[in-house]
Amino acid sequence: MMKTRIRIPLPTLASLALAGGLVAVPYAAFAGNYDLTVAKAKVEIDGRTVEKLTVNGSVPGPTLRLREGEKATITVANEADEPTSMHWHGILLPGIMDGAPGFNGFMGIAPGASYTYTFDIRQSGTYWYHSHTGTQDQSVLGAIVIEPAAPPPFPAERDYVVLLGDITPENSDHVLRNLKADPGYYNYNKRTLRDFFGDAREQGFGAALRDRLDWGEMRMDPTDLADVTGYAFLVNGKQPAENETFIFRKGERTRLRLINGSAMTLFDVRIPGLKMKVVAADGNDVEPVSVDEIRMGVAERYDVIVEPDGEGPYTIFAESIDRAGYARATLAANEGAEGPIPERRPRALLAMDDMGAAHGGHAGYDMDGAKDEHGGARDDHGGHEGHGHEGHGDVHQMDDRHDGHDGHDGHHMHEMQHDGAAHESPSAPARAVGWASGFPEGSKVLAYEDLRARAAPGDNRPPDRSIEMRLTGNMERYVWTLNDKRFGEAAPIRVRYGERVRIDFVNETMMAHPMHLHGMFFELENGAGAHRPLKDTVIVPPGKSVSVILTAREVGAWPLHCHLLYHMASGMMTAFVVEPPDAAEAGITPDGASLPLAISHDGHGGHAGHGGM
Amino acid sequence: MRKMLLAALLGSFAFPGTGRAEPGDVVAMDHGAEIFRRIVVEADYAARDGGQWRWHVDGWIGGDSERVWIRSEGKIEDGRAEEAELQLLYGWNVHPFWDVLLGVRQDFEPRGETYLAAGVTGLAPYFFETDATAFLSTEGDLSLRLEQSLDIPVTQKLIAEPHVELNAFAQDVPERGIGAGFSGVAAGLQLRYEITRRFAPYADLVWERALGETASIARGRGEDVEVTTLRFGVRAMF
Repeated sequence: MMKTRIRIPLPTLASLALAGGLVAVPYAAFAGNYDLTVAKAKVEIDGRTVEKLTVNGSVPGPTLRLREGEKATITVANEADEPTSMHWHGILLPGIMDGAPGFNGFMGIAPGASYTYTFDIRQSGTYWYHSHTGTQDQSVLGAIVIEPAAPPPFPAERDYVVLLGDITPENSDHVLRNLKADPGYYNYNKRTLRDFFGDAREQGFGAALRDRLDWGEMRMDPTDLADVTGYAFLVNGKQPAENETFIFRKGERTRLRLINGSAMTLFDVRIPGLKMKVVAADGNDVEPVSVDEIRMGVAERYDVIVEPDGEGPYTIFAESIDRAGYARATLAANEGAEGPIPERRPRALLAMDDMGAAHGGHAGYDMDGAKDEHGGARDDHGGHEGHGHEGHGDVHQMDDRHDGHDGHDGHHMHEMQHDGAAHESPSAPARAVGWASGFPEGSKVLAYEDLRARAAPGDNRPPDRSIEMRLTGNMERYVWTLNDKRFGEAAPIRVRYGERVRIDFVNETMMAHPMHLHGMFFELENGAGAHRPLKDTVIVPPGKSVSVILTAREVGAWPLHCHLLYHMASGMMTAFVVEPPDAAEAGITPDGASLPLAISHDGHGGHAGHGGM
Repeated sequence: MRKMLLAALLGSFAFPGTGRAEPGDVVAMDHGAEIFRRIVVEADYAARDGGQWRWHVDGWIGGDSERVWIRSEGKIEDGRAEEAELQLLYGWNVHPFWDVLLGVRQDFEPRGETYLAAGVTGLAPYFFETDATAFLSTEGDLSLRLEQSLDIPVTQKLIAEPHVELNAFAQDVPERGIGAGFSGVAAGLQLRYEITRRFAPYADLVWERALGETASIARGRGEDVEVTTLRFGVRAMF
């Protein structure tokens, strides 16, 4: 297990306290004005002192506390020697304020410059901010908490931000270079000759060999659950030994705003001994659902309310899904208390079954990308026919994920529970098998289909059309793509203002991708009918599909990307353009040629000092 | 002829490659434009023929779809360079696992010779690293080199790498003592310990044998047609 410490310089303790979510201060005391400074600062990780880009000198930066209905004015000064940017994740705002360089005319913040973001706050809930430049977002980040204008539907006596993170002492750009040189650079969990003989003893020589040959034939590695290792896992910037502590009193309701703000890590989050009542997902209220555990994709947020009837202490335990390590914090009646650290779970291997779509995926490189007509015969997508893959199709079962509209309503999370139950029986194998395994028998893991929006989104029209987005890539070259195209290679997706579209995410790779759309919420098609939950980030598990619907109400060019840092950095991003209403009325076709959006091609415009309007 | 080869090489560099689609109203920043590299250098020693040093370089510099490849190998025996060659190629990614290469090869020892080189490199099913390259010399001699290797992790850091190289010629090349057909095979097992991914000492047991007509020529000259060598060296990735 890794030992890590992050020490933050003293002057930043105040901001750290904020990030820690000490909310004894009334919200009214906070205006929507913030000054953030991006600069290098010394950070200690794993006993090594390294320089990282930080916000206001710390990782994470301060928590921004805003209020629905007010105007936010946030000035970001760049005191680093490289360009930066700040993106307000999940916030509804004008495109130029979104903070994604290259989009809507925003060109980043040059060294020495600053940029003032101003926007009206039209929502409430738990969000976060992070740099959208290069590989900076692993250390340039912080939480955003927006108080609702009306009293919150689920009141709580205490309210804490639990910002999960990961950080490596390596230079984050070097990580990408290493992955490009050798995609297995960080994988020290490869299946070895020893493992083979172990498996041969358990399963028989033939079966073990067959399994190796199956993966070899695909040129894939079932241990490839995470691309990067060597991370220290953090809660509000504190590594496990530092034990971030949240104080509670017995019988009080405590709201924990769980944010996965990591660069590359999916977490399984639980609080042994306590039920978590999920009341919001990605900032939006949902009907309360009690769970034992939540699998959180990068950038997802869940607000949970816990009501301990004991004295504790309780451990908030967030284990990385590749089981490389964990982040933890403690819910305690007083500082210094420590709850028990749960036993670590076995490392999971992907099962052949997980790879239903991915197998076709690589062959799918040559596929003629049959456009989705939704409801048609899509079962063969990623399947066995028509793309010249060399036979072998019987090894993996294609799940029936496309048997009609409702076929892919988040059933993957369902399987998660069942798999979990199946695999952690008393005779559980030494290694868990399958993306969705390792959950204890009888425990309730949040499934996407458990999420029901508290208020039904107004628009319940069926979608006008469907857009298929295959999540693709080539792990041998560390290239990650959407519909086989890297960012910049594909034309933007264009939709008309007011158009209602479905996006079908079809994961043809063997990694889970948390897909994020800027600027708008989408409705997750999880079988909740009119109560489809609003989210801005959705996990698409390996070999599975997930679909979302949205009404294009926010004009602009919005990044749509995988939120795994190095997947985005190596190309897994595209532009989702919502044409302004007048253009739509002028009859511009969805794939239409050009559009006079207020978007600059000029590489310098946005650098000018105070870009705020 | 040399000029033609040079023109072909320059042409290959100047070739514009796949045009970038217009990204419309979005400016692609910070993404996809970077230059990456992987250059693996091996240098080893065998206690024979008065001390035999060998080097082997294989690597690329470039992006995801187009790369410049650099390859070099050679042998120094008893303080004298017996074999030395350098290849410079341009490669296009044509399939998830395969690149097509075109470039030149220059031999310095045993005799100066220039070739046009064309081939493929990539990962065959079952993780076989594969290089197949055809060479056309300025004398018009055509030859083919096929190399395959496979990394087998014994532990996470101890890697066994069986490897094989097969050479074939379309015609006799009397000045090099080579007959048409398969001319030679080299097969070996490298055992390396990856202290880091970028640095690993290794031992390599290599068996080499001349084949067919080439073997007959060697026998006629009283040379060995088969040798087995144990080498010790280091491998570094830059």
